[in-house]
Amino acid sequence: MIIRNGNVVLKDGVQKCDLLIENGRIVKIAENIPANGSEEIDAAGKHVFPGLIDMHVHLRDPGYEYKEDIESGSKAAVKGGFTQICCMPNTNPIMDNKVVVSYVKHKAREVGLCKVHPIGAITKGEKGEQLADIGEMKKAGAVAISDDGVSVKSSRLMRLAMEYASGFDIKCLCHCEDKELVDGGVVNEGLSSTVAGLKGIPRAAEDIMIARDIALAESLDVPVHICHVSTHSGVRLIRDAKKAGVKVTAETCPHYFAVTDELVTGFDTNTKVNPPIREEIDKQAILTGLKDGTLDCIVTDHAPHHINDKNVEYNTAAFGISGIETSFGFAITYLYKTGVLTLPQIAEKMSAAPAKILGLDGGELKEGGVADLTIADLDESFVIDPAKFVSKGKNNPFGGYKLDGVVKYTIVDGEVKYKA
Amino acid sequence: MLKRKDLIGLIDATKEEITELLDVAEEMKRHLKAGEKNLPYLKGKTATILFYENSTRTRTSFELAAKYLGATVINIAASSSSVAKGETLVDTGKTLDAQLNDFLIMRHPMGGAPYLLAKVAKAGVLNAGDGMNEHPTQALLDMLTMREYFGRLEGLKVAIVGDIKHSRVAKSNLFGLNAMGAEVRMFAPETLIPKGIDKLGAKLCKTKEEALKNADVVMGLRIQLERQQAGNFPSLNEYAEFYGVDGKSLKLAKPNAIVMHPGPVNRGVELTGKVIDCERSYIEEQVFSGIAVRMAALKLLNDYRESTK
Repeated sequence: MIIRNGNVVLKDGVQKCDLLIENGRIVKIAENIPANGSEEIDAAGKHVFPGLIDMHVHLRDPGYEYKEDIESGSKAAVKGGFTQICCMPNTNPIMDNKVVVSYVKHKAREVGLCKVHPIGAITKGEKGEQLADIGEMKKAGAVAISDDGVSVKSSRLMRLAMEYASGFDIKCLCHCEDKELVDGGVVNEGLSSTVAGLKGIPRAAEDIMIARDIALAESLDVPVHICHVSTHSGVRLIRDAKKAGVKVTAETCPHYFAVTDELVTGFDTNTKVNPPIREEIDKQAILTGLKDGTLDCIVTDHAPHHINDKNVEYNTAAFGISGIETSFGFAITYLYKTGVLTLPQIAEKMSAAPAKILGLDGGELKEGGVADLTIADLDESFVIDPAKFVSKGKNNPFGGYKLDGVVKYTIVDGEVKYKA
Repeated sequence: MLKRKDLIGLIDATKEEITELLDVAEEMKRHLKAGEKNLPYLKGKTATILFYENSTRTRTSFELAAKYLGATVINIAASSSSVAKGETLVDTGKTLDAQLNDFLIMRHPMGGAPYLLAKVAKAGVLNAGDGMNEHPTQALLDMLTMREYFGRLEGLKVAIVGDIKHSRVAKSNLFGLNAMGAEVRMFAPETLIPKGIDKLGAKLCKTKEEALKNADVVMGLRIQLERQQAGNFPSLNEYAEFYGVDGKSLKLAKPNAIVMHPGPVNRGVELTGKVIDCERSYIEEQVFSGIAVRMAALKLLNDYRESTK
């Protein structure tokens, strides 16, 4: 396969050239690669990114297939430009053992669209009481561990988890939330929670756990990764820790860098997400954190839900946004077109950094590298219509938003898995 | 004319709308005072009262208001209905619509629930209190009571003292009184002040003196006993000392100031018995205003429904 005349997003800049792909690898990146009779994709006027990687999604399979399954989630992922995704373990049963890990790997291979990497639970049943079989899960293919959805409440057990996991070169991805401080809150605590009369979640509920997990990582001198950072103060904690040499990495999501919590005052339950959408000061800090490298990557925290989980009172509704089909558009529109990040930086946040954090093959367009690519038209725009998502989860509060950046091709191991 | 299908909150209510509601409520009061309890504005209409929280005062007030207007009234307590069997609010709304209800009067423990009901139900929805969000008819009855006494709302200094954070009454009053040009002062333990309420036009006071000084209206709010257990303040004694209104602190207010409370009152906590029973206490008048205001709201919503048919 030859990809012609695209604006290729390389580590150091964007270069107009061709890519020659053979046997699932990038063989050559150069101008005017001679035709060899194989398939050619005309990428003129479009941009070629290293295959996007989303290291934080929920596929709901096994157990909640009415919300999403590995097939629908994979289809949504490749439509969103993702060649590799990592799925969280809060399934039913919880992915806390090698059997569920193997099931997910096996089913994903059968579906055969994007690469799906399971993330095992830190504790059995995500109950925060006993460590899950971390070594066995890693052996079965888990790329990280997380009790996403909750924090491991016990600092002692969390410390042991980090320490034990480091022996297997596997990282803890920390969902940071002090549940006692959340105390039933459903939106960010601030003016908007007061306007709506909805119980607020203070920033401190997130920050306390970020600080704790940084402290644990520092004391053990092991790496740690902080999930879905939403607060300005959390960004500062991570920045300071990085400066001090702590091996901490962190991610954020489009809904934290693109919008603020006034959205919740309309009681649209699709705005209900954990951690909650915060205020302008947080959004600005997230943007700064992305720019200065405090925040390493952009993930979606794709959390598909059935309409029945959302068409209820705000308090009763499930937390989560179905976002994998709009993430790239948000990054292009709110980060690239606004001048916050360059295209190589977007590629870094959405591909290279997650690959590096989890040790995945990919993340960069280079000769000899894996032929995972995302080809997109950055000048074409689209209007979000959640009803048309291929994900089973139509729970997205951004219907009607106009975004730039349309994914045209998603190529995995040299094979076209999605074509617009 | 009030052009609303539903009455859910005063957050977006205009001065004109509130004035109209209060004008009609005054008219209703005149009828009631004259012993006329048979005002057939809602004859042939059905109102269902759907309460997901316990209440005596508001529920009976709505029921009487609808009955005085000639409507057929049904009462549903959530604990004894299909809600207890797990029916969603959306399905309940559709069911009540299919039974040809004209009005649904709902109290619900979750903020925003009436918006969800109003979205699915063709019937007009009246919010009888939703979580910490709003309680519009309570604020309207408070404003009616004040307007009758002072002859105006504009320029009044209203001191609301108590658990502001969990109070839908305080919020609806803030929105309504702001729209009418009154000053709303708030005073509470710091743990019971919702974030950003000052940005919504409330004047936050640091001391009881600051709150009550030259006030025209002193409004106490009920303190739920579980707030103390949850650690929002150390004891009822301390609460009464610093945040309760007694005869002495009432002297800070204007000589003709009135005392109000949405009820039920914890005697000796937010207000002393002496204050509750003094001649400046308008707590019972508030109850009477409540029926009139709810009649007005039902009549005006019905007028609009009829006009759009």
